[in-house]
Amino acid sequence: MSGPLLDIQNLHVAFSTRAGMVEAVRGIDLQLAPGGTLAVVGESGSGKSVTAYAVTQLLDRAARIPKGRILFRGEDITRADPARMKALRGAAISMVFQSPRTALNPIRSIGLQVMDAIAAHENLPKAVLRARALELLEAVRIRDADKRFDAYPAELSGGMCQRVMIAMAIACNPSLLIADEPTTGLDVTTQKTVMDLIAGLTAERGMALILITHDLGLAASYCRDVMVMQQGRVVEAAPAVDIFRHPSHPYTRRLVAASPTPTSTVDELVGETPSVARAPFAVPREARVLLDASSIVKRFDSTLAVEDVSLTLKAGESLGLVGESGSGKSTLSRIVCRLADADGGRLLFDGVDIGAIPLRTFHESPWRREIQIVFQDPHESLNPRFTAFECIARPVRRLAKLTDGAQVKRRVEEVAERCGLSPDLLSRFPHQLSGGQKARIGIARAVAVEPRLLVLDEPTAALDVSVQAVVLKLLDDLRRDEGLAFLFVSHDLNVVRMMCERTIVMRHGRIVEEGESHALFRNPQAAYTRELLGAIPHFEPVQAATA
Amino acid sequence: MSATLRHAGWVLRGNPVTACAAAGAVVLVAIAVLAPWITPYDPIASNVPAALQPPSATHWAGTDQLGRDIFSRLIGATRLDLGIAVSAVLLSFAAGATIGALCGYAGGRVDRSVGRLVDVLMAFPLFVLAMALVAALGNRVENIVIATALINLPFYIRFARAEVNVRRHAGWVEAARAGGESHATIVLAYLLPNILPAMAVQISLNLGWAILNAAGLSFLGLGVQAPTPEWGIMVAEGARFIGNGQWWLVAFPGLALMLAVLCFNLLGDGLRDILDPRMRT
Repeated sequence: MSGPLLDIQNLHVAFSTRAGMVEAVRGIDLQLAPGGTLAVVGESGSGKSVTAYAVTQLLDRAARIPKGRILFRGEDITRADPARMKALRGAAISMVFQSPRTALNPIRSIGLQVMDAIAAHENLPKAVLRARALELLEAVRIRDADKRFDAYPAELSGGMCQRVMIAMAIACNPSLLIADEPTTGLDVTTQKTVMDLIAGLTAERGMALILITHDLGLAASYCRDVMVMQQGRVVEAAPAVDIFRHPSHPYTRRLVAASPTPTSTVDELVGETPSVARAPFAVPREARVLLDASSIVKRFDSTLAVEDVSLTLKAGESLGLVGESGSGKSTLSRIVCRLADADGGRLLFDGVDIGAIPLRTFHESPWRREIQIVFQDPHESLNPRFTAFECIARPVRRLAKLTDGAQVKRRVEEVAERCGLSPDLLSRFPHQLSGGQKARIGIARAVAVEPRLLVLDEPTAALDVSVQAVVLKLLDDLRRDEGLAFLFVSHDLNVVRMMCERTIVMRHGRIVEEGESHALFRNPQAAYTRELLGAIPHFEPVQAATA
Repeated sequence: MSATLRHAGWVLRGNPVTACAAAGAVVLVAIAVLAPWITPYDPIASNVPAALQPPSATHWAGTDQLGRDIFSRLIGATRLDLGIAVSAVLLSFAAGATIGALCGYAGGRVDRSVGRLVDVLMAFPLFVLAMALVAALGNRVENIVIATALINLPFYIRFARAEVNVRRHAGWVEAARAGGESHATIVLAYLLPNILPAMAVQISLNLGWAILNAAGLSFLGLGVQAPTPEWGIMVAEGARFIGNGQWWLVAFPGLALMLAVLCFNLLGDGLRDILDPRMRT
């Protein structure tokens, strides 16, 4: 092969905003050989997606390319006219987008959408189009493709929708496939099948692959080369094996350290190695049972979301609740913190049957203060019209019964400082804060009323790994210092292993396996637990070196 | 506060149409407030010898069949028409947003029954309903306000209900529940302020419509009575003379109506941007 397939030279992309021109990509170079696989890794705001959109000219209207060139098969497509790009997109360069549900047209059947993708570039009779579309759906391993042909996106799972997107992307055998976070929001087992599919199809059909991801493990498992981006610049580009064995740039090193592995500890994530390794947190043997839920049942219409689940939690203990979407773990967590009613079972908190207090009046009960929750999406869980101060102060006034303005202010500032928020941030509105800062506010709000049980519903799922690392560290410290009990809901097994003494694995509303975290991870008993553990992408330097 | 003003300035600069509409609205309100002091003549004093004069330097918009200065009457009418529209819209907004938000938050049986009532109300031809109400309640300005407020009510209820319904399970509402807030506080202090930007558009569009409605009722002889200056009555009275070529009797009040309605309709979109804190970055 002569010359690279894609050659990006000193690319700059800027957006014109209210504050003037803001450069999102500041001079990056990238070469990709035909059939090559490259992972572009970076956290939010690193410019990785913008780079991909610049290649396909799908940038926002406010975007400009002030400098740089994009060569595709030697042809300069930086400012190619729309007709030329239309011919290239789909036929030569394809994209798979982040959220398959929103990328598919909800009111057109999936078969027709795949047919449309082919028809955009090839003029074929309907019957041939249909046959080709069917072949493609089979190629992406959609079972009973002929039966699913007329299904609408809403009738399929997220993983299935992503397969349809992949079918559309490869419909015209492009020579370059760009996958922009193709597995965000998918379960870890689904992620594995989708990524295996992408890797298999691109290799089989000789396509080059650019995988845009924030997940180092995913990058290492599926791509030969890795390029790490930070704030619009490439900080490191090397073969995957080298990057993880000896990351040379400090940012890469921090990123590698912040990614949870089966052996890492919370301290290691933030790059701290305490002189004396902190002893694993031990719950006193004589600790009282704080939460005792037995035979909890929850129905939605006719389906059982939670089916006869029992669990206990001691004061100061941390219990992990792991499962994939639809396992009932979030429903269970909402029942435990009395935001939803159970349809059956008993919920005792400190020996009191709090399940008997009606949901409608629970906010007035003294137990409201004792059980607090940190939500999954830090942005969505903050009222857009309240300042950070107000978000934390309201529960303090309502639940901690502080009425004096100065007292409230002191408490809010103390908690904010404890959660690593500087006082000047407190006057800001949620949209003026970063994801990590919002997560801290969500935590500060919950711990400000000094609860005894904190329910954490995927508290770091929406955060970048480096932010996740500091948030996990904060939670771990809070727990050690304040003696809080945690019910830690997560889909990330590595995170749960670090944060919890005991773990419960759930599937389809039932408990599959339960036990002491380290034992459960070292020696999983249930087949499902083994499958979950096996699906986590690995990049441990040790493994890479021996491989 | 200064941040709000700066933000408003930024929105208006990028949006000249809204800026014009806003300026127009400010002028209208100023005229309404200052009306008694800025009218060159007494709007209800007749001067028969000077009847039916075309626009001139002394009478900018001419005089009517009783010799009253039309320009002065236009200014006087601004206060009444705007007063009716603003109070009617505020009334239906306050009632409608609260009822709608409560329905949207509570859901279930309350929501369904209020929803059906609203459907029944909307099934009437609204203007005819307003006419019937004024006729039944009595020919008074208060009754025009009540009738106009009532026929606007269904729109506010539906709108607020829909907007609250999509936010009912938002994370920050759940968080408020976990934070021990009462249901009333959640509706009034959390949900209502969040739907305000969207409602502002509705309010602004509605103001224009309410002005038209009040003028329409008066035009038909309901509500405001002669000789009180009011755009609708002025058009109704002037209509008799249009055949004789005395166009100014109808044209100026009609123009005033049109400009007022246009101003408020165009203002809507700009208001939404100004009131939404997320636009402030």
